[in-house]
Amino acid sequence: MTDAFPATLAGPTSKERRYDRQLRLWAASGQQALEDARVLLVNSDGPLGSSSTGVSGVAGVETLKNLVLPGIGGFTIVDPATVTEADLGVNFFLEQDSLGKSRADETCRLLRELNPDVQGYSYSKPIAELLQDPAFLPQHKLIIISGPAKRSTLDPLCLEAQELGIPVLYTHSVGFYATFSSQLAAEFPIVETHPDPETTQDLRLLNPWPELVGAAAALPNLETLDDHQHGHVPYILLLLHFLEEWKQSHEGNAPSNYKEKTEFREFVRSKTRTDNAEGGEENFDEAVAAVLKTISPFTLRSTIREIFEMKQCQTLTADSADFWIIASAINTFYTKHNVLPLPGSLPDMKAQSADYVSLQNIYKSKARADVEEVLSTVRQLESQLNRPTAQIPDRDIEVFCKNAAHIKVVRGRAIPQINSNSDPETLSSIRNQLALGQLGLPESLVSVFIATQILDAVVDEIQSSSQNSSLSVDDEALWKSHTERIMALLQRDDPTPLDEEARESIENAIMELRRAEGGELHNIASLAGGLVAQEALKVLTRQYVPMDNTCVFDGARSRSEMYRL
Amino acid sequence: MKGKQGQWQHLYKVLSKPGPYSDEDWVPGVETVNALESSKILVIGAGGLGCEILKNLALSGFKDIHVIDMDTIDISNLNRQFLFRQADIGKPKAEVAAAFVEKRVKGVKITPFVGKIQDKDEDYYMQFKIVICGLDSIEARRWINSTLIGMVDPEDPESLKPLIDGGTEGFKGQARVILPTLSSCIECQLDMHAPRPAVPLCTIATIPRQPQHCIEWAHQIAWQEKRKDDSFDSDDMEHISWVYNAALQRAQHFHIHGVTFQMTQGVVKNIIPAIASTNAVIAASTTSEVLKIATSCNPYLENYMMYAGEEGVYTYTFEAEKKPDCPVCGNLARKMTVNADMTLGDFIDSLGERAEAQLKKPSLRTEEKTLYQRFPPQLEEHTRPNLRLKLRELLEDGEEVAVSDPAYTIDFRYRLNFQ
Repeated sequence: MTDAFPATLAGPTSKERRYDRQLRLWAASGQQALEDARVLLVNSDGPLGSSSTGVSGVAGVETLKNLVLPGIGGFTIVDPATVTEADLGVNFFLEQDSLGKSRADETCRLLRELNPDVQGYSYSKPIAELLQDPAFLPQHKLIIISGPAKRSTLDPLCLEAQELGIPVLYTHSVGFYATFSSQLAAEFPIVETHPDPETTQDLRLLNPWPELVGAAAALPNLETLDDHQHGHVPYILLLLHFLEEWKQSHEGNAPSNYKEKTEFREFVRSKTRTDNAEGGEENFDEAVAAVLKTISPFTLRSTIREIFEMKQCQTLTADSADFWIIASAINTFYTKHNVLPLPGSLPDMKAQSADYVSLQNIYKSKARADVEEVLSTVRQLESQLNRPTAQIPDRDIEVFCKNAAHIKVVRGRAIPQINSNSDPETLSSIRNQLALGQLGLPESLVSVFIATQILDAVVDEIQSSSQNSSLSVDDEALWKSHTERIMALLQRDDPTPLDEEARESIENAIMELRRAEGGELHNIASLAGGLVAQEALKVLTRQYVPMDNTCVFDGARSRSEMYRL
Repeated sequence: MKGKQGQWQHLYKVLSKPGPYSDEDWVPGVETVNALESSKILVIGAGGLGCEILKNLALSGFKDIHVIDMDTIDISNLNRQFLFRQADIGKPKAEVAAAFVEKRVKGVKITPFVGKIQDKDEDYYMQFKIVICGLDSIEARRWINSTLIGMVDPEDPESLKPLIDGGTEGFKGQARVILPTLSSCIECQLDMHAPRPAVPLCTIATIPRQPQHCIEWAHQIAWQEKRKDDSFDSDDMEHISWVYNAALQRAQHFHIHGVTFQMTQGVVKNIIPAIASTNAVIAASTTSEVLKIATSCNPYLENYMMYAGEEGVYTYTFEAEKKPDCPVCGNLARKMTVNADMTLGDFIDSLGERAEAQLKKPSLRTEEKTLYQRFPPQLEEHTRPNLRLKLRELLEDGEEVAVSDPAYTIDFRYRLNFQ
């Protein structure tokens, strides 16, 4: 193999220095994806009632802060409200001089100060007006909507986003509560899930390829080695060597169950030299510690099998996304070899430098050969399908092969709502959560989600009818009627009455929520802005694993939960 | 009540009504607002968490905030420390942050102190109602923890200063509430934050296998050999470049791939990835606890919330235990199992890495004798021969040892049990 070392000795650019602490998480590819993205924030949509100018939109602005700082390409704020005294007590991206001016313009201006590389746009009008221009939404890669929003705004916006394939995050930050839901594409694939490196080792000790077998077979007789050499044989070669010895006394079989593996472990341990200067050997300690974790046959995880079995993977078309073409090629590889392509990374282990590097090269070469095989399948598929788009970059195929055992496909769902059109799955998930108390489990925070749904219904009624504009968002009668309606909807598909505990939990959530009369507390809005931005980063970079699909944070009791609703 | 239409109307709504989880005896309204406005708060750290904390406290209605930080602003702070701009690079963080928030939020007073927390004494810390930390150093956390615990006078409830601590690393973080002497403290929880194991020196010196080993060699060994007259400064680009080139050459010699400038900086400065969003989550959860403690409007966190954002949104809230053998807040010596044949010198070195100790420059004594004392020099010379002795030659099995370290004001007590 050739040694190719970077010739450049230049230090990082000023951009790399500015973004250093985040590039260590999502690398240049993730950064590029952020820089290519413009995010839309729909931050208010008319008054919430007689005493309120509308959603204060702090969680939305704080979310943008956390996206402008790491350098997204641009953002758009849609917010028809003007700045009031109350805004100054809760929104950091407004100042005294902002009073009476457009909140969209003012927050946009002060957010842009955070990062000169980010473009900002603002519109002081309702989103419905902007949607009349069909070119408006497609400029964006993600839509964030600050709730409560009336259904006549939310539903068409989410629908259009779905048709355009733009992900949506719908958020609430009210008093001590924050909730948010995501609407991702029906199949949202992620290749770089960044699993914990400890859990992802794939060393193939039970099905080594010829070069690895050869390296173990080339070991000299261990007994002839001096203490220094004996204490520096890489543990992987030790295990392969002792596996051969074990097989000879076990009818050619490797240890296959826990009992045999612990026996094998003791067998390896017994080979450690203890009469040397150190009174033990680190490489043998490493080998002993690795037995249970590494002496296992390769098995395909069920999540990966499910991906291979999905229609998109089974039936490719000229329009299939790159992900499915590569996934299909990897499925072909798996069908042929009964393993996934080798990731090729080798953990550090006690060894002489040259021995380690040569073992590392055996793993790397095999990984490269596997990539070549997948690559050629991909190229065949591309030509068979007559794809109109450019060739899938080699680099993407390589990254996919390296991560093949940990890819994920999130199956996106519409923003969950409790109303007459509710998806039965949403209602049944909520009922299941509410029943947890009966099983003696801690109270579910799904009651907070229910309370925000009632708030949505109250606001929807106030905003949808002109004679209601004199009503307050804290109107007792409105809350009573919508609470009853939502409680009835929860029993639409399952008429079993809610138990006392579940009712009390919902009543408490409503009471805590109503304390704020629809208003935001800065701490909670800021926390929501952190969580929502984190999801936005994952969705935009297609790295790490996004939430699926609803999260509730309860600031009164300092905890959160996630549900698929 | 004031401010029905004013700046604080959202906040006052919540402080004016009881909630389902607020205490039955709690009195909402003016009294609570007064308690909030009269609470003097100390913020330790004006970095990624500190900037967020200052903003959050100011917008939670606190009027009198102090902030300590010894650092100046670096370009790599700008991806998350949103109170700083390109033009602020090189200026003290505490001053720039305080001035920014004061200017933005009407009616808040923020007093900066550019310096170390160790520069201040108990009289200074006694003036605050609550102390909130956004630090990246375990050492500083342990110092303020032991100082606040040392200040508690059981006769004087005002001497008990709740300590709210936040920390982040990449997509993960934690928030915790500590009531000094009453609940689990930083020291009780020390082993939950174990340091990364160091690479053995012989690997670095003779058998490197990873690019990081080559960088450690250039940083720890080559620099000493070639440039012993220059003291290494990890912020000096020329120094980092020199280490990078030395590491690269060593890597080429051993056919090791992957030494990059970015990795060199990461290893040499022990860089922890940091992003705005995680800081926002953790800072806001700590300030939310400050608001709840100052106003009693809802129950505060008891006492630890862990957060992880790599896979969805995950939090785990639990009560960490107060340990009776905590060297700081407990009254029993902490048990430590040791190999009796280890020399005192090796044992002292191991204290730097053992999760339950993490002491870099310890001096040790038993009730009867001094085992090893770093200062003054005469005593060091006198006790130095002990370093070569085995523990069994110096101690009885189960004997108690008091450990002091210049980084902390208190002694740590351990009971050493032989393996």
